[in-house]
Amino acid sequence: MGAQSAYKQNEVQELFYQAEQLSSSNVRDQIVEQLYKKSNELIKEGVSFTKTKHDQRTEKLDAIFTSPIWGFPIMLIMLGVIFYLTIAGANIPSSMLASFFGWIEGYLTLMFTTLHAPDWLHGVLVLGLYRGTSWVISVMLPPMAIFFPTFALLENYGYLPRVAFNMDRLFKTVGAHGKQSLTMAMGFGCNAAAVMSSRIIESPRERMLAILTNNFVPCNGRWGTLIVLASLFMAAGFTGGMKSLVTTSVIVGIVMFGIIITFLVSWVLSKTALKGVPTHYTLELPPYRKPKFVDTVIRSSLTKSLSVLKRAIKVAAPAGILTWVLANIQVGDTSILLHIVNFLDPLGQMIGLDGYILMAFLIGLPANEIVLPILLMGYLSTGALIDVEGIEDLKQIFLNNGWTWLTALNMMLFSLLHYPCGTTLVNIYKETKSIKWTFWSFMIPTGIAFLVTFLITQIVRFMGWV
Amino acid sequence: MTKSFRIALAGNPNTGKSTLFNLLTGLKQHTGNWAGKTVDLKAGTFTFKTNQYEMIDLPGTYSLFSNSKDEEIARDYIVFEKPDVTLVVLDATALERNMNLALQVMEITDRLIICINLIDEAEKMGIKINEKVLMKRLGVPVIKISARNKSGIPMLLDTIDRVVTGAIQCTPYQMTYDEETEKKIALLLPTVEKISGNKFPARWLSLRLLDGDTNLLQQIQQKITIMEG
Repeated sequence: MGAQSAYKQNEVQELFYQAEQLSSSNVRDQIVEQLYKKSNELIKEGVSFTKTKHDQRTEKLDAIFTSPIWGFPIMLIMLGVIFYLTIAGANIPSSMLASFFGWIEGYLTLMFTTLHAPDWLHGVLVLGLYRGTSWVISVMLPPMAIFFPTFALLENYGYLPRVAFNMDRLFKTVGAHGKQSLTMAMGFGCNAAAVMSSRIIESPRERMLAILTNNFVPCNGRWGTLIVLASLFMAAGFTGGMKSLVTTSVIVGIVMFGIIITFLVSWVLSKTALKGVPTHYTLELPPYRKPKFVDTVIRSSLTKSLSVLKRAIKVAAPAGILTWVLANIQVGDTSILLHIVNFLDPLGQMIGLDGYILMAFLIGLPANEIVLPILLMGYLSTGALIDVEGIEDLKQIFLNNGWTWLTALNMMLFSLLHYPCGTTLVNIYKETKSIKWTFWSFMIPTGIAFLVTFLITQIVRFMGWV
Repeated sequence: MTKSFRIALAGNPNTGKSTLFNLLTGLKQHTGNWAGKTVDLKAGTFTFKTNQYEMIDLPGTYSLFSNSKDEEIARDYIVFEKPDVTLVVLDATALERNMNLALQVMEITDRLIICINLIDEAEKMGIKINEKVLMKRLGVPVIKISARNKSGIPMLLDTIDRVVTGAIQCTPYQMTYDEETEKKIALLLPTVEKISGNKFPARWLSLRLLDGDTNLLQQIQQKITIMEG
């Protein structure tokens, strides 16, 4: 009996070896292809369809939306249109909100003067914290109130599954799962939520890829930064509709860059640390449905925009106070803030940023929404107080602190590529239960962010473009 | 004399599998235990004619490629627990997509019934299914039902009865693959047959091996060693 088992064991090993030799990565493809071919054959024989009008419409639309030729251009145009609507449509409400907050600010200043509050306190609390937060609200709220409902309408209409369908082949080429495009779409809203949504991917390997690269999709916390910097510095020479168009193109470019990085990182990881072949899956393409317009718009703008905003304000206040404390406690002859800024400055200069910007990203770890206000507080706390009247004057603050278009571009790229926010990191740990992968989900983006901005800065400086 | 039989219920997610399960078993449901596995499967009992049936609700899956834990559970149950009959529930409104699961189950077992559910909805959408043609092509019983409207159930129960008692012999259609894959299967088949004996589907096991799934054959080998030892 023992001898027989041993003999069998040998034989099994040999069989496995033989199978391994014969096996190739396209065996599964062949199997699936044949299965579907057979299914199709059976259906042709045994099932007849009298098509309803609705089905025909879905089929016709699918022929366009998922066409190998038109699929991608349509996707790009849709993306562009959403961003353009968001940016152009947000201009007027943004400036209205800004002047509303400016009006309140007048009263706040009046209150501070009546109370004989010291100038620095007024500077930090009103000109820094209040103005920073209200800028972020006036800049972020209108785009969000446009972006989320538009996106939700497309989703309810049934277009998003078609995006996943179009993207599937690309993801497969880089060794990732087609459903990753759905988690990416989610990332436009919030990376932390998107990390959780990666549960729709069954295979642990592909799920990890989706989690690790989700950060390269700018979440709404970073929209504010991207839109402000793009319109202030990239579209500086333009006005009116043209300005929105240029801003849109810059934003679309930034998003595309993030997607390219996603593919690159997925590809490298699936060839190294997360080796494997992509699994097959069934993607259901639901029929196109007319979305419930009012319902969708109200639900998505209320729940999504407001919850995001609440979070921003909740984090902005403590972070503002932290910045204030750092700026006002003196160690030696300068404040802690300046110590940090001076310490970070050489590193910042190397990648085309400065110490203040890096400090803002550090303090902004809990939420990307507050990076810009913290940065403003930092700049203003050094006494470079100037009278700012609106978003356009924001540019003056940046220019006074030595900004160029290169600084703006690098800050946008750094914002796009750097480590995920605190909430996202916590979610990554919860989902992966791995300190190692949470660590890498911090390190990979950060490394890429430094590398990209460093290269751009060195090239631009070498060529003498700045 | 009462005999008892086991029925496994397989199918894609959202095909009304649970509706059928609840309809047949009613309140007589419990957590089925499965020796050596730490998964809980829903099970329920019912009697038809003089026979007692235990029905096991397998996880809803799109395929049996062991892409996910659920697929592995469903597959392992059919392979190792050898239910007396496997009901493959298909969605009549998406038959083409659902069919590949049935084709895969047919590679594993020859005691199965294809159960096309949601037939009422399909008819509303203008889909007409000729089950007689499918039955002829597939070599297994094909029953159209609507679990929600409780139509087609007597026919289904009767067919179950006739399959488990051997009154109907199924000869499931066996997939043939492309030439290259078939050649590879032929190379592996003799050895696999030697190891798996006649208790397990050797052709299908060879295919799984080609797909890189060595774990499955190892399990089978252990099983056989235990049976022999």
